[in-house]
Amino acid sequence: MSAAFGTDAPAPGSCARPHGPDEGALFRYLLRLGDLSLVLGQRLGEWLGHSPALEEDLGLANIALDLIGQARLLLSYAGEAEGRGRGEDELAFLREHREYRNPILAEQPNGDFGCTIVRQVLIDAYQLELYERLEASSDPRLAAIAAKSVKEIRYHLRYSGGWLVRLGDGTEESHARVRSALDALWPYTAELFAEDTLDRMMAEHGVAPRLAEVHAGWLRRLDPILAEATLERPRDRPYSWHGKRGEHSEHLGYLLAEMQYLQRAYPGARW
Amino acid sequence: MSSLPARPQSDAGRRVALARAALASVDDPEIPALSIVDLGLIRSVETRSDGTLEVGLSPTYVGCPATEVIRHSVEHALRNADVGAFVVNAVLSPAWTSDWITAEGRRKLAAYGIVPPERSASSMRDVLRGDRPVACPRCHSIDTECTSEFGSTPCKALHRCRACLEPFEYFKCI
Repeated sequence: MSAAFGTDAPAPGSCARPHGPDEGALFRYLLRLGDLSLVLGQRLGEWLGHSPALEEDLGLANIALDLIGQARLLLSYAGEAEGRGRGEDELAFLREHREYRNPILAEQPNGDFGCTIVRQVLIDAYQLELYERLEASSDPRLAAIAAKSVKEIRYHLRYSGGWLVRLGDGTEESHARVRSALDALWPYTAELFAEDTLDRMMAEHGVAPRLAEVHAGWLRRLDPILAEATLERPRDRPYSWHGKRGEHSEHLGYLLAEMQYLQRAYPGARW
Repeated sequence: MSSLPARPQSDAGRRVALARAALASVDDPEIPALSIVDLGLIRSVETRSDGTLEVGLSPTYVGCPATEVIRHSVEHALRNADVGAFVVNAVLSPAWTSDWITAEGRRKLAAYGIVPPERSASSMRDVLRGDRPVACPRCHSIDTECTSEFGSTPCKALHRCRACLEPFEYFKCI
């Protein structure tokens, strides 16, 4: 696979358009959004047949389905922006882990049901704040994808938030479990709001919002849920991860090995 | 065609009417009591200047597996209806809303045992905040509870009636 694929260097041959970011930058930004949806959707799919109750099996599977739907729209668009003939399938199934651009919170293992719920609340609230602003994106296609997705994300947060309250304000055992999951996952949230050159460029072109704004909205949305769940918001730590630049935890490789197995073993296989 | 000379305008009108009739016969694969027209999934049926018939189709949920099936069914129905050259475009914006389910569609949903979405999606924030009870489709009691936000399809939630003890599905407001 060419080294230029998915790196943060501008794709050769891409030219800057007068009123928007160049296609290479748009491609890399869309990968960040699409990969988060894809990887989290794949993670939730691991619960199929293993959830604590049938209702939760359905709930997590439905959220996974919405996320895969987002990923399909975003990765198809990314492939077109890249202009090398790669479609959603090539991008999902034939990229190496270093070419994935999701924040590493999304790839963290499911753990117990409480841990999955904590990860979900953190990401649902982030996606909701981000996508509500992306509805006003200067890129009409991204705005349409966001407007479509945001309605579904509201239901995701209602589900995950409802469960976090029940578990946090539940038994001693359930409280202890979600509290330790929250402490363990919190440091990974810093990356969601750490603005780099690409995020800044997208904001300057009006394609994406400023991440500081998303961060403030995220906290406003999260704090009442945590309070109702009798959980304390963990303290921020200075370190930030770099999944958005392709530096991932060991967990992503295993996830991709499972997700990509069929296309790797039987290239071009179709249903 | 009659012996009258065919005018392009009337021919276009005829093809659109044929297409609309064909689309009304396409049922939703997961709620077969309703057609895709009842669900408000057909956004437009027009003829382009080059004569191609253009159908705008909205997906309900971005990841709904029925979307692909619906698309194939639409193409199949249009081919059988002999409407000539056509394209089916996915319309994302404006995003589909449960408000677009027709009055007829709501009636069919209720008759099928699925409670139609209660409030208009324009007040969706209120819907998500408030916990307004959904009336049981069988005994009409409002002593019901939501057992899961997600049902057998993305568009439905699972509820249970505490009065008659029957479970039922609610078509979510979105």
